[in-house]
Amino acid sequence: MSQQMQLPELGVIGLARYLWRQLTSMRTALILLLLMGIAAIPGSLIPQRLTNPIAVREFYISDPDTARLYDRFYLFDVFGSPWFSAIYILLFISLIGCVLPRTVEHFKAMRAQPPATPKNLERMEHHQGFAKNSDALTLAEAWFKKNRFRIRNEGTSISAEKGFIRESGNLLFHLSLILILIGVGFGSLFGMRGEAIINVGERFINVATSYDTLAFGRLSNEKKLQGFEIKLDRFEAEYNTITGAPKEYSAFVTVVEDGISTKRVIQVNEPLTFGNTRVYLQANGYSPVVTVRDAAGNVALQGPVPFLPQDGNLRSIGAIKVPDAEPQLGFVASFLPTQDRVAGEAATSLFPELLDPKMLFAIWKGDLGLDSGVPQSIYRIDTEKLERIGLGSIVPGETYSYPEGSITLETVVPWVNLQMVEDPGKQYALIGGIFAIAGLLASLYGKRRRIWVRVVGEKVEIAGLSKNDAPGLDIEIAEIVKTIKGEK
Amino acid sequence: MQTTWAYISNNLIYSAMAVFSLSFLAHAFETAFAVRTPANADLTDGNLMVKTLDFKRTQRAARIATALMGLGFVLLLGGVIARGLASGYVPWSNMYEFSITGALAFTAAYLAALRKYDLRWLGLFISFGVLLTLGTAVTLLYRDSAPLVPALQSPWLVIHVVAAIISGGVFLLANIVAGGFLYLDYRESRGGRPLWLQRVPSLDVLDQLSYRLVAFVFPLWTFSVIAGAIWAEAAWGRYWGWDPKETWAFITWVAYAAYLHARVTVGWRGRRAAWLCIFAGSTFLFNYVYVNVWGTGKHTYSGL
Repeated sequence: MSQQMQLPELGVIGLARYLWRQLTSMRTALILLLLMGIAAIPGSLIPQRLTNPIAVREFYISDPDTARLYDRFYLFDVFGSPWFSAIYILLFISLIGCVLPRTVEHFKAMRAQPPATPKNLERMEHHQGFAKNSDALTLAEAWFKKNRFRIRNEGTSISAEKGFIRESGNLLFHLSLILILIGVGFGSLFGMRGEAIINVGERFINVATSYDTLAFGRLSNEKKLQGFEIKLDRFEAEYNTITGAPKEYSAFVTVVEDGISTKRVIQVNEPLTFGNTRVYLQANGYSPVVTVRDAAGNVALQGPVPFLPQDGNLRSIGAIKVPDAEPQLGFVASFLPTQDRVAGEAATSLFPELLDPKMLFAIWKGDLGLDSGVPQSIYRIDTEKLERIGLGSIVPGETYSYPEGSITLETVVPWVNLQMVEDPGKQYALIGGIFAIAGLLASLYGKRRRIWVRVVGEKVEIAGLSKNDAPGLDIEIAEIVKTIKGEK
Repeated sequence: MQTTWAYISNNLIYSAMAVFSLSFLAHAFETAFAVRTPANADLTDGNLMVKTLDFKRTQRAARIATALMGLGFVLLLGGVIARGLASGYVPWSNMYEFSITGALAFTAAYLAALRKYDLRWLGLFISFGVLLTLGTAVTLLYRDSAPLVPALQSPWLVIHVVAAIISGGVFLLANIVAGGFLYLDYRESRGGRPLWLQRVPSLDVLDQLSYRLVAFVFPLWTFSVIAGAIWAEAAWGRYWGWDPKETWAFITWVAYAAYLHARVTVGWRGRRAAWLCIFAGSTFLFNYVYVNVWGTGKHTYSGL
């Protein structure tokens, strides 16, 4: 014998088989499952680009070194990161590798007869023996049939089995998880998600250029957008008069689809549905309607400008950009639906409704940088290269004049932010979810057990065995004994 | 009118707290003085069995404690209903309201179980837990009653939140039982349990009980998460978005799934299983406390 330990030659196939067994083992699955839970934790403690891009930007400004380090490990994009993907892909491979062979086995077992009655029933649970006083096997068989046991009659004994629903449920549950994952994947490949701000009175036509932001799944494109139009007739917001908390938002719209025009209402929990596309009411705010004139009195800009709400009382900030003025002008503004007259210029709003509206602004002159190609926020102006030429405030109907011209606040209209979402995978995820619960219930409450009855001479023997120590077998056996003895 | 109901609700909650305090005292009295060692007991070390002890001495205190618990339940029920009348909807829109409803569900579960099993040994912990919950609610979490914000106006509020509150209550109960298991296991490995814990069932029973509780409620938790996803699809335009609350609900789900697999498939029992159970339960508690109080995301409404 050689001193060195001889490892058996595995070869490529052997190695692959070894790795596959390791991956599909229960222990690996359990570790992967716990790992996935732990891996999700940073996704909730560190701001995520997906849910809170502003916080990520702020993190970058306040602590750029840590932010860069985090970014290297995808900590701002945990749920799309390679390491998170690796865990759940491995987990699902492991799950498939575990569940598919078991499904095949389960089908075979369901079609096979129950195993033969063991020789020594004394060793089994709940073993009893008593004198035969009737046709024990016939009575027992009738009882088993009535209670839907699978039966194997061996002449002098019956072997009966029940509770396959436990394994069926278990497999259904795990297969449903795969269906949910397919639904999620399908949705992200063929889906669409976009947003658009619409002022009261404006019309939204569902084409790519109407959107403020629009993102398609990898296998979808703008040709797949459904043809519909939405005109925002009116927007109503109802508020608690004491706290200013919102009670109800309703967007009254006219919808045109296939040439047919209908009146509809969109509310927060009640989106509109067009085939696979749903339209949600996501946010709202105010658009001051302004007219900007140059020194000669010619209109340089006219129309509603959406402002971005900053708090519950809809104090809003916005930017009125006038690229057609010569030189270009920009108004860095805030809007107060109900100004706090006591605080004066301290720009606070007391209530979200238009009770005492006022717009405050600073006027800037110079190159707005709109032609530079760098995308800009519609709510902000980069004032670095601009020169401030004035400060002012106006209420609806008022005009403020400055050397280069004037600005008039005509009126104020509400805007709504509509979110258009197409997710063709969500039905599969939902069906998967429902099946998962059904499977879970069956697998947790199903009881697999076997019961044997044997007649030896003038004696009847009975015994049972339950898997996973499920309770209740003793009660069932007591019932059969009663039936056989003719006590019931 | 609405503020009157809110006022009545507050008074009922305070009254319930007073009654629960008395119930706690009665339970404490019972626990402290219940055990008498009969003169003929075998007092050899390690041989002090339950059967040689006598619990009859404080039966009246025990009955009073249970009656007070029932009265506290009725007052608390009135408080929750009045709170609902004040807001014109089910009172489940902030942490204060979750806490009082949770305390109510917890008391109800105990009283219902008491009709079938002799669980009075749990009464001391239950009344203490309920008091702690209500105390935190009225001091730290209180918010004036307010109508529901638009995002919460949906039938799913009732379905999703009921499922979540019940699941949470049972998860925490399973945690208490698992914690009790670990403590008793520790005491028994060092000689034996103290006298006042003699009535607590054996380690095997506690081990099984915490598993049964989790197995019973895990499908409901799954349902709660799925119901939340359906609601999120209707309200926010996506059924899953890794919002902090969703993330932690997922972590809790995964942790309990691991616990069930560890028990059923791998055969974990006893200490290891109890620790895993407590870990999973802590993720739920963390979700409730951390995400509501310090977290950001779409699940934070009206302050808390």
